Amino acid sequence: MQQVFKLPDCIKKDAKFTFCPGCDHGVALRLLGDAIDECGVREDTIAALCVGCSVFLYDFYDIDCLECPHGRATAEATGIKRARPDKFVFTYQGDGDFAAIGFAESIYTATRGEKVTSICINNTTYGMTGGQMGPTTLLGQVTTTTPFGRSAELNGYPMKIAEHIALCDGTAFSARVSLDSVANIIKAKQAIKKACEVQIKGLGFGFVEILSSCPTNWKMTPQEAHRHIREKMIPVFPLGVFKDVTKG
Amino acid sequence: MAYIVLDTKKCKSCYLCLDACPKGLIKKSSETGMTGNFVVEFDDKNGECLGCKCCALTCPDLAITEVYK
Repeated sequence: MQQVFKLPDCIKKDAKFTFCPGCDHGVALRLLGDAIDECGVREDTIAALCVGCSVFLYDFYDIDCLECPHGRATAEATGIKRARPDKFVFTYQGDGDFAAIGFAESIYTATRGEKVTSICINNTTYGMTGGQMGPTTLLGQVTTTTPFGRSAELNGYPMKIAEHIALCDGTAFSARVSLDSVANIIKAKQAIKKACEVQIKGLGFGFVEILSSCPTNWKMTPQEAHRHIREKMIPVFPLGVFKDVTKG
Repeated sequence: MAYIVLDTKKCKSCYLCLDACPKGLIKKSSETGMTGNFVVEFDDKNGECLGCKCCALTCPDLAITEVYK
């Protein structure tokens, strides 16, 4: 009898996630924990966290964490990495934090090629504050601030974050993955590990955008939310690796 | 015979594991959990579990803590 699955060591043994039932944040945190464990950098890791549901990482991870002002996680990660280049520094942010409030910080961190890793959870809404329209909200999606659905004329189009980051010369790895099925979860794990490895090798900015569900604010069951990712989100936000400097 | 270790104190009754198990070995139990809904149980009387980890990979709440094969 062989153990084929265990929880990551960097997640506290008594951790109980406080996310809503069916929220994919839990899966993303577990995959990130696995990647940190597999890279063997747990003792040298510092996390820069944002404002939003993703900030709860500090309750569950047994690592050093810094809570940053809204959207400024990548700027603070830059400071930490420049002061302590021997440390492994990552940010874990939502789409509103990374691509709206903190887009200037995020895009310039990628442009400068800072050797940090960023994970962005894209659930097409501001989850913690009650489901307002975010930068990635789909056209036609009903939120509390777009009660008639997002309109291109009035609100513009959803932002494709991974493609934007891939255009920056300092980016070493940029990918978009999804957590809607077991096959996609396995691919997500590989992408997150790769984004960590490019930092450890000193190649540049590592970025992964994760399509994730928010059943509470979407007003769906967890199963319906995963179907929504497959049928509505993936056609707009195609999955894949958009930049990988390790592959020619 | 493969098996999973299930911590029902962490289960939030999202039932994503019910769809993930290819053998349908995870079912709703008659016990209620932290959300007031029925938690899941692992029911493998015939030793059908493959140890494929699909349930553990899908669980967003770390309720499936170990898988043995």
